Amino acid sequence: MRAGVKAATAAALVGVLAATGCGGGGAGDNSEVEVFSWWTGGGEEAGLNALIEKFEEDNSGIEFVNAAVAGGSGTNAQAVLEGRLQSQDPPDSFQGHAGAELQDYIEAGYLQPLDDFYAENGLGEAYPEELVDQISYEGSVYSVPVNVHRSNVLWFNPAVLEEAGIDEPPETVDDFIDDLKAIEEETDAIPLSIGAQWTVDHLLESVLLGELGVDAYNALWEPGADWSTPEVETALEKFDAILAHSQEESASEDWQEAAKRVVDGEAAFNIMGDWAAGYFVNDLEMTEGEDFGWAPSPGTDGVYMWLSDSFTLPEGAPNQEAAQKWLELVSSQEGQDIFNPLKGSIPARTDGDPEKYADSAYLTEAMEQWKSDDLAGSFWHGVTVNNAWKTDIDTAVGLYLQDDDLAALQDALTTAAQE
Amino acid sequence: MAATTTSPVPAPRTAAPGRYASAAKFTVLLVIAVVFLMPMYMLLVTSFKPFSEATADQAWLLPRTWTLDNWVSVWDRLSPALWNSVRLVVPSSIIAAVLGSLNGYVLAKWRFPYADLVFTLFLFGMFIPYQAVMIPLQQMLVSADLMGGLFPLVLAHIVYGIPICTLIFRNFYAAIPDGIVEASRVDGAGILRTYVSIILPVSAPAFAVTLIWQITSAWNDFLFAVFLTGPDSWPVTVQLNNIAGSGSAAVPYNEQMAGALLASLPTLVIYLVLGRYFMRGLMAGALKG
Amino acid sequence: MSTKKEVAVRRVRTWLPGLLLVSPSIVLIAVFVYGMIGWNFQLAMSDKHKPIHDGEFVGFANFVALWSEARWLNAVGNAVIFTAVFVGGALVMGWLLGLLLDKGVRGEAALRTIYLAPMAISFIATGLVWRWLMNPAPIERATGLNALFANLGLDFLVNDWWTSPDFGMVAMALPAVWQLSGYIMALFLAGFRGISDDLREAARVDGCSEWQVYTKVVIPQLRPVVLSAVIILGHMSLKVFDLIIAVAGKQIITDVPAIFMFDMVFEVRDPAKGATIAAYMLMAVAAVVIPYLIWTIRKERSEGR
Repeated sequence: MRAGVKAATAAALVGVLAATGCGGGGAGDNSEVEVFSWWTGGGEEAGLNALIEKFEEDNSGIEFVNAAVAGGSGTNAQAVLEGRLQSQDPPDSFQGHAGAELQDYIEAGYLQPLDDFYAENGLGEAYPEELVDQISYEGSVYSVPVNVHRSNVLWFNPAVLEEAGIDEPPETVDDFIDDLKAIEEETDAIPLSIGAQWTVDHLLESVLLGELGVDAYNALWEPGADWSTPEVETALEKFDAILAHSQEESASEDWQEAAKRVVDGEAAFNIMGDWAAGYFVNDLEMTEGEDFGWAPSPGTDGVYMWLSDSFTLPEGAPNQEAAQKWLELVSSQEGQDIFNPLKGSIPARTDGDPEKYADSAYLTEAMEQWKSDDLAGSFWHGVTVNNAWKTDIDTAVGLYLQDDDLAALQDALTTAAQE
Repeated sequence: MAATTTSPVPAPRTAAPGRYASAAKFTVLLVIAVVFLMPMYMLLVTSFKPFSEATADQAWLLPRTWTLDNWVSVWDRLSPALWNSVRLVVPSSIIAAVLGSLNGYVLAKWRFPYADLVFTLFLFGMFIPYQAVMIPLQQMLVSADLMGGLFPLVLAHIVYGIPICTLIFRNFYAAIPDGIVEASRVDGAGILRTYVSIILPVSAPAFAVTLIWQITSAWNDFLFAVFLTGPDSWPVTVQLNNIAGSGSAAVPYNEQMAGALLASLPTLVIYLVLGRYFMRGLMAGALKG
Repeated sequence: MSTKKEVAVRRVRTWLPGLLLVSPSIVLIAVFVYGMIGWNFQLAMSDKHKPIHDGEFVGFANFVALWSEARWLNAVGNAVIFTAVFVGGALVMGWLLGLLLDKGVRGEAALRTIYLAPMAISFIATGLVWRWLMNPAPIERATGLNALFANLGLDFLVNDWWTSPDFGMVAMALPAVWQLSGYIMALFLAGFRGISDDLREAARVDGCSEWQVYTKVVIPQLRPVVLSAVIILGHMSLKVFDLIIAVAGKQIITDVPAIFMFDMVFEVRDPAKGATIAAYMLMAVAAVVIPYLIWTIRKERSEGR
């Protein structure tokens, strides 16, 4: 029935439009490599272009085809990609967040395990062990991380903290709440600037990590995890207490506006991923350490909550060898050091060349911590949960922001974890 | 008028209510007009202000220094998308109008069995929420390998523009006396010759109405555009929302406002110049011909 | 020997060319409107919850499941409030403007142009300025309308607009009222002017007061206009999307079915659920529009057009 309708519509379409489909597929001769990504703007695009240039220089016989631009991208890229995977016409490699976001593809058998590739290229040693663990699915890895961003960063305005008599950024969630109160009382600044709903999701993961600790946080994303515990309840109460110190108009601001309030001196604190550093320095022309300072978000010192872009090798990729060459480049020290300074992130490998990142005090420090810290995956950025679970949490947080019902929030989070 | 309204002497009893009433009426209309113009005023003044003046305390004032910088910089961001919009509305409005004209002609003058049913089924297509076709449409375009570029969007605007175009033309042609068409038929002219020699020459106003309607709705569409296009083919609404809507605040307000105006200029100009036809299209939307 | 067959053939000859001429459009509409709607329903009745699944028939399970979701109830509630304020507001505003302009006013053409102008602009562009006008910041950081109110000493009017948990959707409907009032005004004006002066005069001669003329003669004659207006506003408001995306983005506080559906397609990537929401939207619109279409066609036929 379903196939019938589909075939009939497709036939009608072809008849009506005399469409000249030119579907690809079949085995290639490795004279090209088609890579699907949605890096089409800013530092990401610059980084990708530099990688492409390097790739074509090293592999003169292989043409790089940037499929994102040809196929429509951003949100549509997903639909196009899924359509191609389903019709057995995959690109040679595609981009995705490392972690649970790729799980659906793995379960459907669309991705090749890359264990051999890891062994041949010594990636098991080049990446932090915990990272390889956290992106493995049933013992195998399916993607090659290029970069790492950090989610749990507390940004602050040193001058505002000084005015409120705060010497050091808060180390625990409780200290943080005390500091927020102090700023509320001592200054005219907004204690914590946040933005629209998703930035509250982002805040939630940092508070959960800070209050529960790395092991309990990581356990929340295991199958059958229990979110109805008193520990989670306490964490949510503190989350609620923290939110009480944010600005009334937050729903109408996105992360840039909220983060900008910190460097402008209108707000004391902001919790946002480390792409904010690039925004402050490159877009707003602020100076690290003077106009803004940073610390791990309260209670998370020694833990790196990470997210990462990675590339895959689909089953049936027409140009396997060329694709492997691409994966070799993006997983190499050289490739990662070409891409990351432009993107404003750090290499996923631990042996990046610090010289390349010396311009940024933030990135230099982050590279050190990436080597030594414990690792936790960011849920909001697709490491620990698939899209359905993530959206369930987002909905629960949104309803909580509207109705201010903390018990309902915990119930909804508990239910979301069981599905 | 000022003299009469401020006059301490009561006007003659019969005239007074009328005169005061019409002054009051005019005042109310004027106040509403000011309220209606307020967002436009905001757009306009902010778009000519330097960033230093686009602050909360000066937002409602006229610019002290007028600048074109916002327009220049937003032109850089929007011009590819504006060009996409042009390449989108031209083919989609012309093709939909031609199809609508043929349909309207047949449905009004060359009826076949169940023509009313067909017409009603067409009309329903005008009201459907496009969400109800979006997922299959997207899937079909993906599996037919037609995603990418402007083609999907042009296709959508033609297909889903057919109902309203048909309606406008059918109502327009219904006013042409059947006798003229009959006479042509009796003379042995076929359906197409009658169309070309009798119907088409008088269709200009209906074409104006339909084209304006189609251009305006395709230009202003957002829903189809987000579902069916990528960065290389984003029309101006999507690009405007990307640089200025919620979800992106990296662009200063004064530039956002210039962008909103720039994106609206083509349809606003059409409206101001060809308002009469624009109105008729609107009325057709209410099935009132 | 003029047989029945020949007559039939001749009759077919008279209408066949017409049918052929319309057939491309019939095929397009059949495929892209009804085919796609059918396909959408078929998706909605499947368990294709991931794009890469094939999907088995599950009947109305998805349709039922939606009603146990807090987000769906919230979105439907928001859409209802939005619809009530938007339809009511635009009707009242449009009627008022039409009434005031009816008898002819100095500068009528200019005024009409002003009231109708918002119709020519996209919700994305106007949403952007309304997003700024309806900025919810409190007095000390006020911008937009809140700043205007504060400057004019009207502090009591300063409010949190669409971010209010209770009245958010009311504020969200304001830009839509602004956008559509001119259109409704035009409909009413056409309606008012379609009522012959003789009819009004006759009523006056019969001793009716102006108010009675209005309620007894004008309003009954306007019923079709009001009906058209309600249908148009109603079906627009059930699928409101652009405006909310431009003003508030995707947030629960201003969530509506169209945004929920968008999220299912692009974020969660659950085709079955997206299709189910779309099917509900279609049914809501159909419940309003189909009776109206039948009524219109019948009326046209009885008027002999």
